[in-house]
Amino acid sequence: MYPSRFRYEAPRSLGEAISLLTEGGDEAKVMAGGQSLVPLMKLRFASPELIVDINNIGGLDYHRADADGTLRIGALCRHADLEHSDLLKGTQPTMAAAAPLIADPLVRNRGTLVGSLCHADPQGDWASVVTALGGSVIAQGAQGRRAIPVADFVTGPFENTLEPDEIAVEAVIPPAQGTRSGGYLKLERRVGDFATVGVAVALETADGTVRRAGIALTGVGGSTIAVTAAADALAGKALTPEVIEQAAELAAQAAKPRTDHRGSAEYKRHMVRTFVVRLLSRDLEPAERAA
Amino acid sequence: MTTVYDDLGDQDTGEVPIRRIRFTINGMKKVAEVEPRLLLSHLIRRGLGLTGTHMGCDTTNCGACTVLVDGKAIKSCTMLAVQADGHEITTVEGMATASELHPLQEGFKEEHGLQCGFCTPGMMLAAKALLDTNPDPTEEDVRWALSGNLCRCTGYQNIVKSVLWAAAKLRGEPAEPEPAGEPAEEA
Repeated sequence: MYPSRFRYEAPRSLGEAISLLTEGGDEAKVMAGGQSLVPLMKLRFASPELIVDINNIGGLDYHRADADGTLRIGALCRHADLEHSDLLKGTQPTMAAAAPLIADPLVRNRGTLVGSLCHADPQGDWASVVTALGGSVIAQGAQGRRAIPVADFVTGPFENTLEPDEIAVEAVIPPAQGTRSGGYLKLERRVGDFATVGVAVALETADGTVRRAGIALTGVGGSTIAVTAAADALAGKALTPEVIEQAAELAAQAAKPRTDHRGSAEYKRHMVRTFVVRLLSRDLEPAERAA
Repeated sequence: MTTVYDDLGDQDTGEVPIRRIRFTINGMKKVAEVEPRLLLSHLIRRGLGLTGTHMGCDTTNCGACTVLVDGKAIKSCTMLAVQADGHEITTVEGMATASELHPLQEGFKEEHGLQCGFCTPGMMLAAKALLDTNPDPTEEDVRWALSGNLCRCTGYQNIVKSVLWAAAKLRGEPAEPEPAGEPAEEA
């Protein structure tokens, strides 16, 4: 399969890329890893007239933590970089759990986290993870830079709020208020498949109480679902089996699954509840855990 | 190098945008003129005539088209040929020398790692990327590294054995003799 014809530019600077995007308007598209965009173009679901390939722009392949703990992930940081990152293993349990579950090893060598956020697939794992962590996307355009919280960035299936001349240059995860815990669980039929159900839980605890919680769901609705009710129910509380049960129930209620070849709506809702309980129970003493 | 395109009848030939790229494939330096929408897999198969890189699903699922770009295993059906500009590509044709098979190729032969053989080039390149960074992988490491490559014959068991065989050979360890049936009782 071929994509339809397009003009291809591979600028060496962000300024040059933004000029090209300004010129291309609605018909221009940024390509980073291309692991979602190239298949879409081959299937002719997307037929951009101009591709602005940002792979030749230096200095975008980083992920690093600022002195205050803010994590910054550049637009060309690949999934594989995050999968093998000691920084993530030590400081970001939810991200470290998700990274090896993105697609398959070959796709992870090219695909990027920021590109995945921009692609805004309801079954994209990173959008849930970054939503649970309260992260944002830094967009750079002709008018300068702005930060967009991920919850406002993804507006629907395959829709984000970037202006035509803007490039998502970085994802930012704010520092934790306390100790981080949490994780990401994904039910998939086989490696590389999209999530039947994915649940991201990010907790920040201090002195035995939850300071901040984030729960987000993958694959059980028209877009990534931020379960704010469950997060609110956890905030300020100590994790007890009752509190966990309540959060799991709220998450299951927030899911909007549809019956399809991956499973029935009822099954998917059940798995949301189960995954929330599993993720939240990890910090409990074994005797307190639900069976 | 000449690349022949399918005429889709949707554009005059004068309007077809062509870009000149420079890359290395299996150690040989090349210059090619490609249309931006040409996929890397098509450049390799049609432009260079290296048909060891197979096209399976053409939808980023199966891994039959796996090649190494700067040492990393990627799906060549999901990368544009123009993006190879300035990069180094390795295909299955770059594994053996004139007189000797690559230990991975030998491993696939010794351990019966292929049946129909369609997925084999992709499997071997994904395995090569693993062994280049991890010379002593566990069985779990091998399975994980090959999890993006599908074998429709479902011959995974022997593929994993083949890779472990090659890893041992590359480390200079003698090949282990096949255990004959049940382990013998200690006398």
